Amino acid sequence: MRGSLFESPAWCRVQCQRHCSQTPHKKEVPCVFGRPPQLPITKIIRLSAALLACHRRRSTPTAALSLPPRVCSLPPESLSCRLSTIYSWVRKTKLCSVDAAMATTKPRLSSFSRNLSAVSSSQTPGVKCGPNGTMFVSSGIADLDRYFEILGGGFPLGSLVMVMEDAEAPHHMLLLRNFMSQGLVHGQPLLYASPSKDPRGFLGTLPSPASLKHDKSRDRESEQEKGLRIAWQYKKYMGENQPNFDSHRVTHHYSGADNKQDYCNEFDFRKPLERHYFTRQRVNCVGIQHSKNLAALQEHCASFLAQHQRNDGSSALAGRIAIQSLCAPQCEHSNMDWEMLSFIKSLKGMVRSSNAVVVITFPPSLLSLSSTKRWQHMADTLLSVAAIPDEDKELAKLLSGYQDMVGLLNVQKVARLNTQVPLILEATTFSIKLQKRRFLVLECLNQAPVDGSSGSSYGTSGVFLQLSLTQKCYIEQLRMVSKEMDRAVYMKFGGGEKGRESGNNGKRSETREVSFQMSFTPIFWSVSVNGE
Amino acid sequence: MENQNLNLLDRALGLDGPSEPWPLSGRVVLIEDCVETSGSFVLHQLVKRSLSPTSSNVIIFVAFANPFSHYDRILRKLGCNLVTQRDNKRFIFFDMLMLRCPDEGKSSEGGLVLLYEKILKTICGLPGDKKDYVTIMIDDISLVEVAANGGSDYVLDFLHYCHALTSEFDCSLITLNHEDIYSSMERPTLILQMEYLADILIKAEPLSTGLATDVHGQLTVLNKGTSHRLGRSGNKIHNFHYKVKENTVEYFYPGSRV
Repeated sequence: MRGSLFESPAWCRVQCQRHCSQTPHKKEVPCVFGRPPQLPITKIIRLSAALLACHRRRSTPTAALSLPPRVCSLPPESLSCRLSTIYSWVRKTKLCSVDAAMATTKPRLSSFSRNLSAVSSSQTPGVKCGPNGTMFVSSGIADLDRYFEILGGGFPLGSLVMVMEDAEAPHHMLLLRNFMSQGLVHGQPLLYASPSKDPRGFLGTLPSPASLKHDKSRDRESEQEKGLRIAWQYKKYMGENQPNFDSHRVTHHYSGADNKQDYCNEFDFRKPLERHYFTRQRVNCVGIQHSKNLAALQEHCASFLAQHQRNDGSSALAGRIAIQSLCAPQCEHSNMDWEMLSFIKSLKGMVRSSNAVVVITFPPSLLSLSSTKRWQHMADTLLSVAAIPDEDKELAKLLSGYQDMVGLLNVQKVARLNTQVPLILEATTFSIKLQKRRFLVLECLNQAPVDGSSGSSYGTSGVFLQLSLTQKCYIEQLRMVSKEMDRAVYMKFGGGEKGRESGNNGKRSETREVSFQMSFTPIFWSVSVNGE
Repeated sequence: MENQNLNLLDRALGLDGPSEPWPLSGRVVLIEDCVETSGSFVLHQLVKRSLSPTSSNVIIFVAFANPFSHYDRILRKLGCNLVTQRDNKRFIFFDMLMLRCPDEGKSSEGGLVLLYEKILKTICGLPGDKKDYVTIMIDDISLVEVAANGGSDYVLDFLHYCHALTSEFDCSLITLNHEDIYSSMERPTLILQMEYLADILIKAEPLSTGLATDVHGQLTVLNKGTSHRLGRSGNKIHNFHYKVKENTVEYFYPGSRV
């Protein structure tokens, strides 16, 4: 069967096999057959990429790209760099495997198909399969899941997540609440430990999933916003990559009809979670304030994790453990450094072989420096929250949307289970905002508009265009944009590097060419183009 | 070894010479890393080199940090099948994730003493020709400290005993520790003693400008007393950058990547 959009020929054959259990298609194999090879290789790759994009949304297909022998006569550098762009593109859109077999060899799907058969059998909502044989559950915050998209979307089962609190503000509670609510909504058992006197009472503050109607309107609004924010010229460069952005706003639907079965829900802090979610069977609350040591908590965790042992092939019933403020001063164990470390080590050992995620929050200011480092090393995923002072004029000048921000979230370490490759993403710091005081969102930091009348060297005229770019490839396109618009493009590097690239405007006296040292990855990128 | 693809790390460690005798035998290697840059990829690389078909090494891997499945998956992508090697008795895995030494009052060092005895018994139980080529790997020492409830003296004793094995049996000892844990302590005895004992010190740090997607960090290799065919030479320091990938790790001199 041919893909409808792509009847135009290319002589590269792309075979997509669907492995989605939810949409029981028969094996539809979209093929694109070709004309003789006058078609340039870039066009072939674009066609195949677009073809894969139209199937991307519905499943996690495996694609085998087999190129006929004539391609092999191309110089390997040009071929490989173009293939590498399609590889990286395909990987970003979460296809399970792409193999380029140079016609003589068959595509190597066997090792990947073993993984995928596990994928298709997992019918559990709330659990997603990812690369390297790991499974993921949602963190409860859509933006965080999206950030971890490249990992697999969420927290991997068997990992230990640590959140470093800020003693001045309880933002870690927002993260914890979303995490716990998400688990309860999916029916995943929860063990919650807290140093407060009434841990069970905390459950009353858990947010409820937002109603479906609101979700849709918000999606539409934000998409329109995105459309407005991008320069008209930029759209033509962003054309192919547009699906990436759109997909961000679409939550992963399993059955589609039922909002509750979404992988990640949007939580409304103004609506408390319905009581029927936290029955005794599903939620176990443990107070750690009065116990002499952590032995009791360890018992609880051990028995909880024993129920969620990982057996190969069984459908995963994931469990969640949330431990709040483990080294809080009101607990008796708080000055027993080695006791706490030993507890975390054994917890980590137990959770590695089970289908559960453990989130521990702790205030690092209460631990010694070397203990803090030990805790950080033991974490698989490490996040830290920081409070933002209210009325800080400097920060208000620097960041846009400062008024709505309640805090900052920094991702310091990302879980690397079953792999040795570190995950380095462009943006690691996000602002925590409560939209309409109800919804928790994380946003990349953006530079505030520069005040044109302040007499700085930026110049007086300006349309101010704000883009947050997260892809290095845009630098080239930015050069083109700046040349076309005949304007200067300013970039601020979070790592302290400032550069300025000038357009063809001869009036500007400082035309310092910025050498983009590609080995720097900025913490956040924001581009401001001064036009009128 | 000559026909394999040798990278900068292999050369820095002296693995570019003849593979018999194993260049690392009788030597102690310490890998240091920090939160931003994990040094476990060096360990994986050394496992792969030790288990290459041309050498006849046996690895005793004492794991405190990750279970066997984790290493198995990683090494498989690097081209080494740990399950087969385990069946061939070339890779012996001790899973110490749940080790917790008994509390003070009883013999606190009980757990570590037992561990040492287990290692010794394993080495003695090996067939004669394999006994000369044992590599002991410990991942990682900071968790050994936690298992010993903070008794760093016991950990040091354990390490000294393992070090004695390097001279007794000519085995090599490779350990991993986190240097940033000790950098804020007043008397970081453990790490100082380990650095003193080590013949080869490999340090993985981030670049001074931070983390990047192209360059994951820099490695500094201090090789004390490299031995060449012509004799022993003095200390040699190597510094280069690296980028970790699924199937391989790329090492390159600073600035030599386009």
